[in-house]
Amino acid sequence: MPAFLLQVASLLAGSGAGQAQTIEERLGTCLACHGSEGTSEQPGVPSLGGQPTLYVAMQLYFFREGRRPATVMTETTRGLSDDELRELSERVSGLPAPQAPEKASDQERYERGAVLAREHRCQSCHGRDLSGRDQVPRIAPQREDYSLRSLAEYKSGRRIGHGASMPEVVAPLSEADLADLAHFLAHFRP
Amino acid sequence: MALAGFSWFGTSLAAALLIAMAGMPPAAAQQQEEEPSWAVGRPKNEEAARMAPIAQSPFPTAADKLPVAKLKVPEGFKVETWSSGILDARGLRQGDDGTVFVSSLFLAGKIYAVRDRGGKREVKTIAEGLEAANGIEYHKGALYVATPKEILRYDAIEANLDSPPKPVKVFDDLPGDAPHGWKFIKIGPDGKLYVPVGAPCNICLPSERHALIMRINPDGSGKEVVARGVRNTVGFDFHPQTGELWFTDNQRDWLAEDMPLDELNRVTEPGKQHFGYPFCHSGLMTDPEFGWGRSCDEFTRPAALLGPHAAPLGMRFYTGTMFPQQYRNAIFIARHGPWNRTKKDADVAVAFLDADGRVRSVEPFLTGFVENNNYLGRPADVMVMKDGSILVSDDHNGAIYRISFGG
Repeated sequence: MPAFLLQVASLLAGSGAGQAQTIEERLGTCLACHGSEGTSEQPGVPSLGGQPTLYVAMQLYFFREGRRPATVMTETTRGLSDDELRELSERVSGLPAPQAPEKASDQERYERGAVLAREHRCQSCHGRDLSGRDQVPRIAPQREDYSLRSLAEYKSGRRIGHGASMPEVVAPLSEADLADLAHFLAHFRP
Repeated sequence: MALAGFSWFGTSLAAALLIAMAGMPPAAAQQQEEEPSWAVGRPKNEEAARMAPIAQSPFPTAADKLPVAKLKVPEGFKVETWSSGILDARGLRQGDDGTVFVSSLFLAGKIYAVRDRGGKREVKTIAEGLEAANGIEYHKGALYVATPKEILRYDAIEANLDSPPKPVKVFDDLPGDAPHGWKFIKIGPDGKLYVPVGAPCNICLPSERHALIMRINPDGSGKEVVARGVRNTVGFDFHPQTGELWFTDNQRDWLAEDMPLDELNRVTEPGKQHFGYPFCHSGLMTDPEFGWGRSCDEFTRPAALLGPHAAPLGMRFYTGTMFPQQYRNAIFIARHGPWNRTKKDADVAVAFLDADGRVRSVEPFLTGFVENNNYLGRPADVMVMKDGSILVSDDHNGAIYRISFGG
């Protein structure tokens, strides 16, 4: 079992999953993996700082209802009320947005990703600084491994999202394109 | 709903920019380079830069927070909240015993049943975990449910609302795409089930299996194409006297603020007509990419134009007797309202036809859904009740309104 899954398992067990928890305790469970300052250090786990509140609420809803594939998140949100989801999404989105590293590790891939982002109109919905709005997520800077997995899930149809916009956007992109895009998003500085 | 998809257009735009830049004098190229590379080609206007599908809350609006007091209807009509707390309420159908079935699309993944219990409405979830199951129809005691991939049938549904039967798969010969794969389905006067397959993109050359309306026997057999060149219809009905199929169609995105105009179409020769997509839009203009060498004269023109990016969804001929005579056989159309346009507008419109079945006028009927260019609500489907009143679903709030006349 990957380390972070063990961590979640112990958090859930330690805090008495299923019993009433305060919002602070629940938030602690979120931030143990997603990063207490809004930036995730865990492989595959997205940074949530500065995400639009509505986007977070919608994803929490999808996880709770088992409509977005993610075992840990489905477990973590099980039984939470609408009000709890609402409050958690407000708290999480209030954390500071992640900062991009000074320099892309691979400038060529960064440039290729930038061209793809332009051609496929990422900014049209996600905003000129890619910070998102409402149900549209902040996509940069974001962990490269998480962005790549998200894009791949939209491409395979595992994830459809609200509005089915993303499956259509990624349909003409190759796996290499998705990797370049994810690299660009990880190192993007507005 | 016309949804995002801009791969073709985006690619050609970027290619055009590259070509343009190659021929630029050095000073102009320099100026372009001052902008970070990711920003080249994006719309300069901040509003356009932030144009995205409209947000929808995953929590339905509480009954006392609904915008019903702000909604307006013509004199003599009354609008009231009929039911609330129905997350993502979309398609409406009524069973023989009066149950109103409600579908949902992206958010809820549920089918609901609403029963009137002495003036109060009781809402039950009868199916869940469905993907984009927007299409529902009630026929001979059964509820048909259509997802992008398959059509299911729940038999004797009204007698079993508390423990619905396992559904029978009726049909799965569908491409199942996420974009424009969601359905609106309806039984025609010929007893066949009408099923659309949208274009799997904003604008592209669709395959033989896409951009059409087909009909099948209720058991799934006998598939035949009824209309082609249909981008994304999410509403249709049959003229109560002629039996002709009329449908709304959502036109392409990203062309311009005020073009193209969404369509109301009339099928006069089933199986023979092409309604233009992707070559001609609104019967008015050829597509900037796919329209070269084509003419709008090759295609069946719309019966009426319903506004730029207006997103006309559910529509129903008025067959009741509660409303004044002029509404008999008129068409009520839920205009969900644009996302791909700066100025927002949403309403239920009414299209009046003349004796020859031509559209005489299209007028707003239920209005007040927009305040300060923000949506207070968005109509998704309309349905004529047995008593002649009409129901209007609002997926933005998860509510259903009832419009009655007199009394």
